[in-house]
Amino acid sequence: MNALLRITDLGVRFGTRDVLRDLSFEVKRGEIVALMGPSGVGKSTALRAVAALQPFSSGRIEVDGFTLAPGPVPPQSRLTPLRRQVGLVFQAHALFEHLSARDNVTLALRHVLGKSDADAESTARALLDSLDVGARADAWPRQLSGGEAQRVAIARALALDPALLLLDEPTAALDPTRRGALSATLKALAAGGRGLLVATHDAEFARGTADRVVALTTA
Amino acid sequence: MEDTPARRARHAVTVPYFEFREVLAVRPEDAGRWRSLADLRGRRVATLGATMAYDLLLAAKDSFGLVPVSYDDDVHPYTDLVAGRVDAVLLDHIIAKRRSSPSFVIQPQAVATGYYIGVLAKADSLLRDSVNVVLIAAMRDGTLEQIYRRWNVWDEGQGDLFRRVQGAQGQMVGAQHAAPLQIQAYLPSLARAAAITLLLSFVSMGIAVVVGLVLATARVYGGTVTRALATVYVEVVRGTPLLLQLFVIYYGLAGVVRLPAFLAAVLALGLNYAAYEAEIYRGALEAVAAAQLEAARTLGFSETQILRLVRGPQALRYALAPMTNDFVALLKDSSLVSVITVVELTKQTAIYATNVGSWIVAGLLCAVVYLAMSLPLARLARRFERRWSVT
Repeated sequence: MNALLRITDLGVRFGTRDVLRDLSFEVKRGEIVALMGPSGVGKSTALRAVAALQPFSSGRIEVDGFTLAPGPVPPQSRLTPLRRQVGLVFQAHALFEHLSARDNVTLALRHVLGKSDADAESTARALLDSLDVGARADAWPRQLSGGEAQRVAIARALALDPALLLLDEPTAALDPTRRGALSATLKALAAGGRGLLVATHDAEFARGTADRVVALTTA
Repeated sequence: MEDTPARRARHAVTVPYFEFREVLAVRPEDAGRWRSLADLRGRRVATLGATMAYDLLLAAKDSFGLVPVSYDDDVHPYTDLVAGRVDAVLLDHIIAKRRSSPSFVIQPQAVATGYYIGVLAKADSLLRDSVNVVLIAAMRDGTLEQIYRRWNVWDEGQGDLFRRVQGAQGQMVGAQHAAPLQIQAYLPSLARAAAITLLLSFVSMGIAVVVGLVLATARVYGGTVTRALATVYVEVVRGTPLLLQLFVIYYGLAGVVRLPAFLAAVLALGLNYAAYEAEIYRGALEAVAAAQLEAARTLGFSETQILRLVRGPQALRYALAPMTNDFVALLKDSSLVSVITVVELTKQTAIYATNVGSWIVAGLLCAVVYLAMSLPLARLARRFERRWSVT
């Protein structure tokens, strides 16, 4: 089976410092890969490079036939195929503060996919329900608990139905019981055919959730 | 000073020492048709504010339907007459003579006659009596006539006045004016002036918001040149007095484009406040967390959509309270435009206060009206702040 995400010899350099060097791995559909390593080793940087938020200096990133090359991040207008295939859940959620949980999910459905309000609402409702936060649809981000906000952020990242979902330190703000639930949620998403790349320093969570672990070490 | 009932009531005044005539000045081509106030229906007639001439114009506004335009100095009425902004100027004949030029004609027929008097504090009536003695002596022995002749302001009217003053032995000789305006009669013009202040402020703020948004967007999203241009505009406007900008737009540009006073006023206020609004919006746009913008990018929004759907709405919440505060400041700064002949709340108050010879009632009324307009806005600003201070 072809890889959904293929990273080849990825290198990221901040000034004279190599943050990442010669990183290569793949993520297939239906697979959960954990990107592990101590803080500051470049896990988030790798995710940001895949999401085209961060330029890289060498190597290649391919997502389902779309290739990112070294150099500056291309303009947003040239990234449409990538944006449809990659969803990112930020460590601090970064939910849109001025919108309700529901509208955080509907915004891209309406303005990027051009769906009608009614279509967008029903898609959002289904996503929030499937993540067990349907009851919080009308809440503002600042009214949500850490776990709720994270599930709304996952729902938002899934709104465009991306094949690849990136999660940055998803257990950072969760208590142990929620950690188990999150693990189950991610497994269900993978079972549905998505590829998941999870940056985490939580070894126990990685062991219990991921199919494979890519370990980053300091250079 | 001009002899008025208000001055007589509140001060110790001397005998009149000079008789002046209120004369009309018009452009040469109009000399044949505009000879008196009655000929000037619907026309703009300029004069110095808070003077007998201004009172005459206010009265003529009711009886002849002309439009009085009040100035703070006696130079600009004549330059604006020549420029075509006003159709006639009514002022004391010695002022008209001093400003006289081939560009306008002084009508020979006087509109009214008035007197100059010396004004002393009410308590100084003894000193006033000594001044009277000196004045009357100077009239009798020809000293005053000599002085007037030397300055080229002597005419037969002065001789008649001197004889009357000496005959009356210092008794009342002077112009008879209408009694000072009563408060009830003043309220409608106060309301009208308040409406003008509000209209000025709202239109100016509208301009400030639109231009401010353009400037802020240019500073946040523009290339090097665009950013530099916007920055220069903001710094130049914030670094120079609003009063200077008003003069430049109204008088300075008159050679290129002759703006009506109200339009010049809203442009100057609007363009001035645009610089301040731009800084508020720029700060607000930059206060939106980078992660919010990145989250929007990963969802595939275009940069324009991100500004419209995410960054703009969030920035607006940071900007609303300072914007409301700015609007209150603009409401008060709008009083500056009286220098280019717009009669708004403060100017109207000054006119009334001079008319009745006291600032107490006029000033209090004016303050009450300003507070009635600004306090609700200040409360609104506090509500915005409370609502969105914690996110």
